Amino acid sequence: MSMGTITAAYVAAAILFILSLSGLSNQESSRRGNWYGIIGMTIAIVATILNPAVDSYGWLIIAMVIGGAIGARFALKVEMTEMPELVAILHSFVGLAAVLVGFATYFDPTANFSGAAKTIHDVEIYLGVLIGAVTFTGSVVAFGKLSGRIGSAPLLLPARHWLNLGILVLCILIGKWFLGAEHGAGTTALIIMTLLAFAFGVHMVMAIGGADMPVVISMLNSYSGWAAAATGFMLSNDLLIVVGALVGSSGAILSYIMCRAMNRNFVSVIMGGFGTTSGDAAEGGEQGEAIPISAEEVAQMVGDASEVVIVPGYGMAVANAQHPVSDLTKILTDKGVNVRFAIHPVAGRMPGHMNVLLAEANVPYDLVLEMDEINEDFPETDVVIVIGANDIVNPAALENPNSPIAGMPVLEVWNAKTVIVSKRSMATGYAGVENPLFFKENTRMLFGDAKDSVDAIRGAL
Amino acid sequence: MIISVPKESFKGEKRVALTPESATQIQKLGHTLRIQSGAGKTAEFSDAEYQAADVEVVSGEAIWTDTDIVMKVRGVNDEEAEKLVAGTTLISFFWPAQNEALLEKLAGANVNVIAMDCVPRLSRSQKMDALSSMANIGGYRAVVEAANQFGRFFTGQVTAAGKVPPAKVLVIGAGVAGLAAIGAAKSMGAIVRAFDTRLEAKEQVESLGGEFLVLEFEEDGSGEGGYAKTMSKEFIDAEMAMFAEQAKEVDIIITTALIPGKPAPELITKAMVESMKSGSVIVDLAAEQGGNCKLSKADKIVTHKGVKIIGYTDLPSRLATQSSQLYSTNLRHMLTDLTPEKDGQVDINMDDEVIRGATAVHEGKVTWPAPAPKLSAAPAAAPKPTPVIAEPAPEMSAATKAKMTFGAMGAGLLALLGVGSVAPPDFMSHFTVFVLACFVGYQVIWSVTPALHTPLMSVTNAISGIIVVGALLQISSPSGLVVFLAFIAVLIATINIAGGFLVTQRMLKMFNKG
Repeated sequence: MSMGTITAAYVAAAILFILSLSGLSNQESSRRGNWYGIIGMTIAIVATILNPAVDSYGWLIIAMVIGGAIGARFALKVEMTEMPELVAILHSFVGLAAVLVGFATYFDPTANFSGAAKTIHDVEIYLGVLIGAVTFTGSVVAFGKLSGRIGSAPLLLPARHWLNLGILVLCILIGKWFLGAEHGAGTTALIIMTLLAFAFGVHMVMAIGGADMPVVISMLNSYSGWAAAATGFMLSNDLLIVVGALVGSSGAILSYIMCRAMNRNFVSVIMGGFGTTSGDAAEGGEQGEAIPISAEEVAQMVGDASEVVIVPGYGMAVANAQHPVSDLTKILTDKGVNVRFAIHPVAGRMPGHMNVLLAEANVPYDLVLEMDEINEDFPETDVVIVIGANDIVNPAALENPNSPIAGMPVLEVWNAKTVIVSKRSMATGYAGVENPLFFKENTRMLFGDAKDSVDAIRGAL
Repeated sequence: MIISVPKESFKGEKRVALTPESATQIQKLGHTLRIQSGAGKTAEFSDAEYQAADVEVVSGEAIWTDTDIVMKVRGVNDEEAEKLVAGTTLISFFWPAQNEALLEKLAGANVNVIAMDCVPRLSRSQKMDALSSMANIGGYRAVVEAANQFGRFFTGQVTAAGKVPPAKVLVIGAGVAGLAAIGAAKSMGAIVRAFDTRLEAKEQVESLGGEFLVLEFEEDGSGEGGYAKTMSKEFIDAEMAMFAEQAKEVDIIITTALIPGKPAPELITKAMVESMKSGSVIVDLAAEQGGNCKLSKADKIVTHKGVKIIGYTDLPSRLATQSSQLYSTNLRHMLTDLTPEKDGQVDINMDDEVIRGATAVHEGKVTWPAPAPKLSAAPAAAPKPTPVIAEPAPEMSAATKAKMTFGAMGAGLLALLGVGSVAPPDFMSHFTVFVLACFVGYQVIWSVTPALHTPLMSVTNAISGIIVVGALLQISSPSGLVVFLAFIAVLIATINIAGGFLVTQRMLKMFNKG
C-alpha cells in the first residue's frame, strides 16, 4: 500500500472518529456512532499493518490477539457499577502505551534528526513520556480508590504543593540535561524523569477525595488524550494527533462540566482535599430532629401520589439498588403514577454514571432527566425519593453562604410536598457538611440499606 | 406496660383512643394493650378487629384495674378519676385551664397526666399534635355540614336547564381547621376566600386555591406558638368593615378564629347575618368558646331570617372513624417518645421539651403550665436567611469578558507566531492539524448529552487506543529492545480498543426509550 493510500485511509478514520463522538449527542444515534468508531479503528489498523515498513506480523498478531481477548473479557464481565474502575484502568493503559512508545521512539536506531528538528523531536518524546507516565500512575491510583483497594480519603502530605512544585522544577532541569545529551545518551535522564512523573501521578490522585472522582476521571481522560497527541507529534502521525486532540478536549470539557456542577475551581480540585481551608464545615447551629418513616408508609405515600421524582446518588450504586428501583418505577407507572428521575451532573463517581446504571436496570431513558430540566418541576411534585445522595440535594448550598459547598447547583428537592431520604445513617456526605434537608418539616428519613429499603417499599405496594 | 383504653363516657362522644391499626404499632414498643368491650363500636371498630390485632377485650369496669396507663379521648370525669389508682398515667385531652380542680385531685391521688392538648407546637412534635389533627377534621366536617344545610350546589355548572353559579365561601381564620375547610370547599368546586390576621397564612391559603383577602393595614397578628394575638382597635374596625362587605356577597361563612385562653372574638354581628342572602349558612367552629358569630349557640343550628347558623362543637366526633385513626396515631407517636428504648418501659423525661410541655401532673405534683416553648411553629415572619445564590464564577461585565477573550486570543496568536518562527515547517503542519482537531473536539463534545457521558468516556478510551498505530510501526524495528517495548504497547493498546468499544456497545444497548 502506498503512503498516499495510507494517508487517505487515516483521513477517513479521523472523520469516522469525529462522527463517532458526534453520534453521542443523543441516544438514538449513539449506537451508530459507536459503529463509526469501530470502522474507523479497523481502517486505521489495517492501513498501518499494510504499511510496507511493517513486516513482523508474528509479534503483531500475537500481541493483538492477547490484547483483544483481555479487552473483550473486561468489557463483557464488568458490572455497570464498576464502570468508573474500568474506565480508570483503561486510561492507565493509554498512559503506559504512550510511555512505551516514547521510549521505543527514543531507542529507535533508524531515527535520524539533527539541529532544530532533533530538539523538537526530543521535546516531543520528553513531553509524551511525561504526560503518559502521569496518566499511567494517576489512573492506577484512581482505579485503586474507586475499587476500594485504596482508601478514598484524600492523602494530604505536609507541604504537598511544594513537593509538586519541586517535582515540576526537577522535570524541567532534567529536561535541559536530556536535550543537551548526545543522541542515545539521554536514557538516564529520561528514566529518572519517568520515575519522577510516576511519583507525581500517584501523589496527585492520592490527594483527591472520593466525591471529586468525576473530575479526576475526566481529567485523566483528558491526559490520556494529550499523551496520544504527544505521541502523534513524536511519530509525525497526524491521525494520532487528531484523535489525541479529540480525546484531550473531550476530557477537558467533561472536567469543566464536573467542576461547574460542584462550583469548584479546577485548580483547587487538582490541588486536592475538600474542607482543608474551610474550618466551619460542621457549623450549622441547631438542626432540629429528623423524622423517621417506615417503608409501608412510604409505599402508601407514593401509591397515592401522582408525581414522583427519584433522585439517585452514589449510595444507590454502592447498594446495587438500581434493579429494585426500576421495578418500583414499573409498579408505580402501571398504577398511573408519573415517575421520573433527576440526575445531578456529579451524582456517582463518573460523569453519566447514574444514567448508565438506570439504563442497565431497564429504566427508559426518557424518564431520566438532567438537573436543569427538572429543577423547576419540584414544586408540583408530590413525593421525592432521594436514594443514597446527600450533597447534591443540600439546601445549604443555596442558603448558607458560609457553607463549604455554597454556590454549588443542587437539586431543589425540598420544594416538593414530601421528601423521603433513604440513607444508612445520619452521617454527613462527602463534603462533611450537615444537610439541613434532613430536618425540614416535609422531609422523612427512611433509614437502612438502599436496596433493602426499596425492596421493602416494593413489597408493601 | 399495660395500656388500657376504656369506653368514652361523655355523651355523644363517638371517638376511641385506639384503633386496631395503631395497636399493632404500639405493641412493637413492647406494651400490652387492653380495650373495653364496645369502645370502638361508634367509630366502626368491632371487638373482633381488636382481638385480631392481639388487643385483649375486657368487659365492664375491669378495664380500670391492674393497668399502668389509661388512654382516652376526653379527659376523665369525677367518677372516673376515682377509679385511677396511684402510679397510673392518664393520656388524653385534658384542658387543664378549665379543669384545675380535677388536676389537683389527680395530683393528690398521684396519677400522672399527659394532656394531649398541651403538646407544644414544635416542628418535631407535629406528629403528636392531636389538636391539629382534630382541627383538620373539624374544618373538613364544617364544609360537609354547611353543604348539608345549603340548598344549592357548591360547584358552578352549565346544565341543559340553565346555568348554576358556584357557591361563594368565606373562611375566617386560616389555621389548621381553616385551611382544611378551604381545601374541602375548593375541591367541591366553590369559590373560596379566606382571611387571617397572620400574613404568613397568605401563601398557605393560595397554595390550596383560595383567595386571600388583604386589609390595607400594616399589622401582623402572629403571636407565640403559631397562634394569633389580639389586634389593635383600628385593625379590628377595618376588618369588620370588610366582613360586612363580604357577608352581602358570600353564601357560606366558616369561622375558625380563636385566641388561646380568651373568649372567641366576635366577628359576625347580627347586622351582618341579616345582610346575608336567605338560605346562606354560617358554621361557627368557635361556638364552644362563645362563638365568632353573635347569634350562634353551642351544639345547635339556629335559623335567623333564613340564615342557618351551625354551632356544633363535636365536629371531629361526627367523623369518628377518621378522628379515631388520627388521634390514635398521635397517641402512638407520643408513646414512641415516651418509650425511647422500645422495651415497654415508659419514661416521662421532663428534660424533653415536648414531653415536659404535655405533662400536666408528674409524681404527685401539678407541672402545668409548662414554660412556653421558645420557637414559633411557623417561623415565616422571623427574619429568614436570605437565599444566597452564589455565582458559579465571579461576576464579570461583558466588556471585561470580551477584553479577556481578545487578550487570550492575542496571547495565543503571539505564542503561535513564536513557535512558528523557530519550528520547522514540518512541525507547523502537524501543529495546524492539532489545533484544528482541538477545535473540532470542542464543538463536538459540547453537543454530547450528559446522559451519555459515561459511554463518551469509554468510547474515547477506545479511540485513544489509536496509539497502537505508533507501536505497530515500531514492532518491525531491527532493535530487540524496541520490538519488546512495542509488543507490550500493542498489547495494552489493543486491550483498550477492544474493551472500550465492546463496553460502549454493551452500555448503549441498554438505553431504551419507554
